[in-house]
Amino acid sequence: MKWAAFGLWLAVAPVTALAYTAYVTNERDNTISVVDLDQMKTVKTLPVGQRPRGITMTKDGSQILVCASDDDTIQIIDAATLRIVGDLPSGPDPETFALHVSGNPLYVSNEDDNMITVIDIPTRKVLAQVPTGVEPEGMAVSPDGQTIVNTSETTNMAHFLDYRTRKLAAAVLVDARPRVAVFKHDGSEVWVSSELGGTVSVIDPVKHVVTHKIAFQVQGLRAEAIQPVGIRFTADDSTAFVALGPANRIAVIDTDTYKVKKLLLVGQRVWQMAFTPDQKYLLTTNGLSNDISVIDVANLDVVKSIQVGRLPWGVVVSPK
Amino acid sequence: MIFTACPGGCHCASQHNEIDQVHCSTSQQQIARVSSRRTQFNASAWLRCLKNRCGWCCILGLMERPELMRRDPLGRRTLFVIAVGAACSGAMRPARADPAVIRVGYLRWLEMRQTISLLDKPAPDNGLAGARLAMSDNATTGRFMNQAFELVDMPVHADDTPAAAFGSLADSGVKLALSDLPAEWLLKLADQGRSEQIVLLNVAAPDDALRQEDCRNNVIHVVPSRAMLADGLAQYLVWKKWSRWVLVYGSHPDDVLLAAAYRRAAKRFGARIVQEREFKDTGGARQTDSGIVQTQQQMPVFTQGLPEYDVLVTADENDVFAGYLPFRTWDARPVAGSAGLRPVSWDPTSEAWGGTQLQDRFVRMAHRRMTPLDMQAWTACRMIGEAASRAASADPAKIMQVMENADFGVAAYKGQKLSLRNWDWQLRQPILLADGRAVVSISPQPGFLHQVTELDTLGFDRPETRCKLR
Repeated sequence: MKWAAFGLWLAVAPVTALAYTAYVTNERDNTISVVDLDQMKTVKTLPVGQRPRGITMTKDGSQILVCASDDDTIQIIDAATLRIVGDLPSGPDPETFALHVSGNPLYVSNEDDNMITVIDIPTRKVLAQVPTGVEPEGMAVSPDGQTIVNTSETTNMAHFLDYRTRKLAAAVLVDARPRVAVFKHDGSEVWVSSELGGTVSVIDPVKHVVTHKIAFQVQGLRAEAIQPVGIRFTADDSTAFVALGPANRIAVIDTDTYKVKKLLLVGQRVWQMAFTPDQKYLLTTNGLSNDISVIDVANLDVVKSIQVGRLPWGVVVSPK
Repeated sequence: MIFTACPGGCHCASQHNEIDQVHCSTSQQQIARVSSRRTQFNASAWLRCLKNRCGWCCILGLMERPELMRRDPLGRRTLFVIAVGAACSGAMRPARADPAVIRVGYLRWLEMRQTISLLDKPAPDNGLAGARLAMSDNATTGRFMNQAFELVDMPVHADDTPAAAFGSLADSGVKLALSDLPAEWLLKLADQGRSEQIVLLNVAAPDDALRQEDCRNNVIHVVPSRAMLADGLAQYLVWKKWSRWVLVYGSHPDDVLLAAAYRRAAKRFGARIVQEREFKDTGGARQTDSGIVQTQQQMPVFTQGLPEYDVLVTADENDVFAGYLPFRTWDARPVAGSAGLRPVSWDPTSEAWGGTQLQDRFVRMAHRRMTPLDMQAWTACRMIGEAASRAASADPAKIMQVMENADFGVAAYKGQKLSLRNWDWQLRQPILLADGRAVVSISPQPGFLHQVTELDTLGFDRPETRCKLR
């Protein structure tokens, strides 16, 4: 088995060495799809733990971290060999996480346990567990590394955690079932999507108040079908992309005016997104159509759908 | 006995003995304040504090209310208070003023009915456990809002009078109360409570009359009505093209009302009832030692000689006969309604939309699976908690004002937020169709359209209402 994996790596490596590679967690298949973005196709499917959801890469791009929610662990995958090389003590039911900007530690939301677990990656030890709201979900670290934001789906809040003290500094009430929190690159705002509220709240991370609320309308769709989840900002913060779940669309938002300037039709039940490092493409995971859509960021156009496993949940693109 | 829970990972109520341990940093004074209002300390009551990771934790012992204890099937766990406040978050933030306390009553019907299946036998804390979990969820949020939540259990026996039940409700000073009482009791309490600004959240009575001619401005219906349940099932059967129904209903008044809901649903969604049969309840025990032989003979004969049909729809709220029909009908036909494919507000197997987390939390707390009544009570308490945090107030009037606002919605693991119909205060909600092992489908079904929300294809819509809220 090990030799087979090594052989496959040898076969794939020459092709992928220069190209970006995307890794997609397939929640239903217990696998990760490895997608070559030159060929625009899935080149390998990697079995991982049960119910893989959140996925990210270490800062140096050498390792992939995956929340295996039903195995109550975070698996470490070597990006070069695509072999599972260890795991992190995530606490029960890890769903998503965020790396500190310095590359360590890792902040994990334990959905079943109302906790944030802070993990030191080199020693694979738990540094702290911080009680938060009911069903913690989204995690974000501010660009200056001083603030960690966690959303709680049933408490309906964005909780602000201080990096140094590891204490909760504030909690901001948002609309129903907040899923994802993302800071702008300049750190001036944190955006929080409310899946059932159907809105994105723009929060001032210093004053801890909601300064804007963005609502969405899609012609021909009822308000209930518009369920914002994933959020991404372009590197210059001028444009935001918001995944609208069962509305099967990505909203493109002008961050100056908070207006939706375009809706891009993608696959079914779109949740998470990731840019390629050159920002040329944005990838979206479409849970019900078992594929990822590739958006050309400059032209705001969907250029390709790539088949992956069942119920694709999260996506990360290798920085190499 | 008084029980104080603290959220956010520092609650660990012990189920193994009579004493519920409570780990939180609530100060002794705070507990004494809460408890002295409710009950007196028994001489044998004990109180001690331990240190745990969230600070001081208190174990609060036995306090008895003998007058309630006598008929409380939960034993000494008579008075059940979840009180959590800012003190619990002491580890996280500077000390603040005492939290505002939101007290919620639970009028709990103690009559148990017989069931056909042992698996359906309700647990003594059926419903109450759902409310407990929601109050603990509320308390976690309350930590950040400086709000505390108390659940006050008020058992009601059929031998009581509605006046006595109202007396204990009024004495408690509680203004918001869940009720799992039958319709006529609910109405009497609602009418008496009006002058005291008491609002009841109906978590058990499915009667359409309560949403129609007998509707009340101070009653919120969290439980789906019979019409909603029947419509939810009917949409699926029609979608499946099983549109020729035989309707079998029991002889109890509830069954007759449920049968009426199925007739209405058939007409609304284009199904046809080809024949109706009544199954008379002649009393006696449910299937016991040799009963299986009898039902095997009885049920085929009962369903003999029917015209061509697709599905047997049963209306049997008292669990008298419907459970015996699957696999015993004369013709090989599926059974739906009160047995087979059942329309419900919740099923212990529902995992969609994050439901797994709720199911796990519930099993951890109650050591059993979550029933529809538990879910209805959970939802009712979460509505109060959600409205309290939106209102940033513990004032019952302000909480209700937020809850009755058109923008209000509560997330309850059904894929969309649930809101109140302002013409009869019924909670809009999807209806799950479950076979006892899994969720088969969820209504509204695709293709049943509505100009406002598809959820209003279930039950009595605004143009059909006969309710005049007052």
